[in-house]
Amino acid sequence: MRRAALWLAALALAGVVLPPWYLVQDRLADIDWSGGWLTEPDHAPAVSQALLFGRWWLWPVLATAAAAAASLLLPARRSLARALAACGTLGLLALIIQGYAIGLGGWRFAVLEAVFGPLGDRQFGIGTGATLAALAFLWMATTGLAGLGFFRGDPFTAGAVGTVALAVILFTFLPIASLLSDAFRTSEGTYTLGALFGRLGDDRTWGLACLAGAPRCGVAWNTLMLALMTAGGTTALGLAFALLVTRGGIRFPRALRTLTILPIITPSFVIGLGLILIFGRSGIVNQLLYGAFGIEGGRWIYGLQGVWLAQMFAFTPTVFLVLIGVVEGVSPTMEEAAQTLRANRWHTFATVSLPLMRPGIANAFLVAFVESIADFGNPIVLGGNFGVLSTEIFFAVVGAQADAGRAATLALVLLVFALGAFWAQARITGSRSYVSIAGKGDGGVHPPLPAWVRRLCLGVALPWAGLTILLYAMALTGGFVETWGRDYTPTLRHLVRAFDLEWSARGLIWSGVAWNSVWTTVKLAAVAAPLTAALGIIAAWLFTRQSFVGRRALEFATMLSFAVPGTVIGVAYIYAFNVPPLELTGTGIIIVLCFMFRNLSVGLRSGMAAMSQIDRSLDEASFTLGGGGLDALRRVILPLLRPAIIAALAYSFVRAVTTVSAVIFLVSAEYELATVFIINRVINGDYGVAITTSTALIVTMGAVLALIQVVVGSRRIRRRAPALAAGARA
Amino acid sequence: MTTRPLLAALVAAGVAASGGASAQGSLNVYCSAQVEWCQAVANAFQRETGVRVAMTQKGSGEVLAQIRAEAQNPRGDIWFGGTGDPHLQAAEDNLSAEYRSPNMEQLHPWAQKQAADSRYRTVGIYAGALGFGFNTELLARRNITAPACWADLLKPEFRNEIQMANPNSSGTAYVMIATMVQLMGEEEAFTYLKALHRNINAYPRSGTGPIKAVARGETAVSISFVHDAVTERVAGFPVGNATPCEGTGYEIGSMSIIRGSRNERNARRFYDWALTPDAQKLGADTKQFQIPSNRNAPIPEGAPRFENIKLIEYDFARYGQSAERRRLIERWDREVNSLPR
Repeated sequence: MRRAALWLAALALAGVVLPPWYLVQDRLADIDWSGGWLTEPDHAPAVSQALLFGRWWLWPVLATAAAAAASLLLPARRSLARALAACGTLGLLALIIQGYAIGLGGWRFAVLEAVFGPLGDRQFGIGTGATLAALAFLWMATTGLAGLGFFRGDPFTAGAVGTVALAVILFTFLPIASLLSDAFRTSEGTYTLGALFGRLGDDRTWGLACLAGAPRCGVAWNTLMLALMTAGGTTALGLAFALLVTRGGIRFPRALRTLTILPIITPSFVIGLGLILIFGRSGIVNQLLYGAFGIEGGRWIYGLQGVWLAQMFAFTPTVFLVLIGVVEGVSPTMEEAAQTLRANRWHTFATVSLPLMRPGIANAFLVAFVESIADFGNPIVLGGNFGVLSTEIFFAVVGAQADAGRAATLALVLLVFALGAFWAQARITGSRSYVSIAGKGDGGVHPPLPAWVRRLCLGVALPWAGLTILLYAMALTGGFVETWGRDYTPTLRHLVRAFDLEWSARGLIWSGVAWNSVWTTVKLAAVAAPLTAALGIIAAWLFTRQSFVGRRALEFATMLSFAVPGTVIGVAYIYAFNVPPLELTGTGIIIVLCFMFRNLSVGLRSGMAAMSQIDRSLDEASFTLGGGGLDALRRVILPLLRPAIIAALAYSFVRAVTTVSAVIFLVSAEYELATVFIINRVINGDYGVAITTSTALIVTMGAVLALIQVVVGSRRIRRRAPALAAGARA
Repeated sequence: MTTRPLLAALVAAGVAASGGASAQGSLNVYCSAQVEWCQAVANAFQRETGVRVAMTQKGSGEVLAQIRAEAQNPRGDIWFGGTGDPHLQAAEDNLSAEYRSPNMEQLHPWAQKQAADSRYRTVGIYAGALGFGFNTELLARRNITAPACWADLLKPEFRNEIQMANPNSSGTAYVMIATMVQLMGEEEAFTYLKALHRNINAYPRSGTGPIKAVARGETAVSISFVHDAVTERVAGFPVGNATPCEGTGYEIGSMSIIRGSRNERNARRFYDWALTPDAQKLGADTKQFQIPSNRNAPIPEGAPRFENIKLIEYDFARYGQSAERRRLIERWDREVNSLPR
């Protein structure tokens, strides 16, 4: 512990003495690193800020850093631990309090101004120095606690718990809490309950006028109605697919299974785009109808029907994936018993198999429900005058009226819907009365479907699969004709416009309109992927392998954060991180963070699934041989987890590239993302570039996944227990 | 491990794409013109000066909202293009910086007046008149005569056939509302807008959305700037355009430097450059048909010329005010947008 303490004290001291304390506005290369930065007000470290520029509120931070260094002189191990815990906690508190008390305009709270008088100074967001110091203080506190016997005395476990907890609090709970407080704020800036109720009761949110024949209902009802329709439809379709693949006796079940990969590699709005190309007023169907019968097609695709259809196509594969597991999970033993009792196929299916699948089906329904309410891409492309919560939130933020209170209130409603579904899901999957896989072996062969059920499934699923493939084909090739709906001459014009290259005297210019956003996306996603995987695996290791006080609470909080819809997170991030101490709006960091916490579930779930397959005795062996938590993780578990890690890396990269809903709020001129670029082109009616760019994205992501599959697949052969159990979109 | 070379390659490619740190620094452009034009301007400036340009294209209402949200901590440096009213509001709200370009004398009087109105916080870079775009094939198929006056749009045969943008996000739509108010008086104008509402099938977010829908045959008629209709016709779509017989308003597409910009030197360099005839020619090169503000820049062939259009005396100073704009848009949202069709 003494060595760890030495390092941490050094880190804290370095943080306050060397790097710029505040967020640096210039590029790092513009700073005078030859020594001048130490005395420049914008770039100086904390020590100079306090000494030279009179920022006295940094003294407590400096003092605790010094105290931590001094505590190394304490001889007794226990008193050192106590000192470390105290210094770490105090330092962190000092940092947080000064950060929140003093902002861009001096004191942040009127009370402080009244007590201490006007400050006459201000401070920006925290920079490299403050971040280093904060991490040092955090780990000091956890190391100290471990030294006092908490966390089974293991400093690594303690540090990991502290880091994960702080990360979840800072980047999930804090933004959402600040968003909720916005919902209570009146336009004059005071906080009242009335403000919330006034907005909640708004006719535009909860109005039911459409039942009486008025043009539109409140957006909350729209969202619910759409979500219920989508969930019902996709569950029925997904069940048909799942039954066919697992017990339909069809020839190519794997071919159908590949459908489940589609939603992972496609940005969600691509479906909407494909539907416009087929059913839009100048789409193929209307053109054929007009050509053959002279019938004028309408604009029916824009509105509830269109969004619903798009979501059906987009989410059926996801539900299918969930239901495969459910249908396979029903133990054949029960079905065999029923057949032994002379039940016919239909009777067995209806009274045994289906009831056993019920909780799984309910779960799939809720998965689709949540996907639907969180969907942003399809409603914005096809919604027309039909608004749902996610698009209304977007308009409240970017619209000319920029109504933060309304955005926050709508986000709150959306959050309540999502958490309601999450709660119901937890109830259903938590109940054990339907468990039918026991320790005893069974025949493992499911009885075939009743003939007419099979025909029904075939009749529904195969045309739908065909349509899905057609839709994707349209969405992918539509960019390679002159103008969809008018001139079907093949062309590469749009591709060139999107991805042109040019040589000039000053070197290569990436002159295509899509380059900027595509490179930014790839760069940020590549930065985020390893961080996401690392955080996810560490969290998984904590939740499955360690026991400490508050583990269940931390696990629940982390899982809960996955239920928050992307739009809500996006809005919460811009409001929470627009001002110091965490001043991140418009930077690449905020996008990377958003990627990390949106996709953390991928790393976490694949890590947890894989770790539950590795016996604990291995950890214990490592422990017996004198290894700490870090050794067990590094030398035993990580090597066994390699496939899970690679999968987590790949999926977090791919999902970061294809996500829309959260990041659409976070992009700036410097950091524009490909999906947002595409949506803006679609909104402008500029389909050529939009389609070629999404094609490029989908093809690249497909290639990345295929590459990973090859890599991971070859490992699977050599190992007996395949650890890649992580459902693609678990 | 196989992932490492892969990641390394991605990172290397990313670094290559960003071109490393350029000695000329960088510039963040918010652009509210058509995306081709925006990209051409960004590329040309980068080619000429070596300044690394990051450009993002958004409607002018959205850019204004973004600049306002970022006021404490601006991320953009310059705002190029988009209708003049939001630029005037940015000037009024102290969101843009004062700057007098040495190239100001070469501009048309209307562009200089735009600068004077804002106390030199914005300047005109192009102008274009408001009018109708229509799909000639769709109209012929239905035997409808093309609209020539504002009054024509209220005819029953246009039911569900007209699109205009949503003024909440689009400067184009606001110019239309302000034009009607100036043409008819406010009460009359809102009566007209309510009657028009019945014939509208959608209010898209972007000002150029409706004319794109006309080009693709998704709607028959749009209320748009006529130069945008010319762009679509040149691209090969069956699009016709007309300017209303009662008279119509026009926009002065503007440019502002964002106050507190972090690359102000480059922003000024861009500002001066964008007012030169060579830079203004880029609009015509990318098939945009606005009238450039530099007197020496050639007017693109096929551009709707102001001398053939009945223009009203558009009061930019009054209708560019924040309060007036907010009031009119809110009134529209409350009284028109919420009506049944």
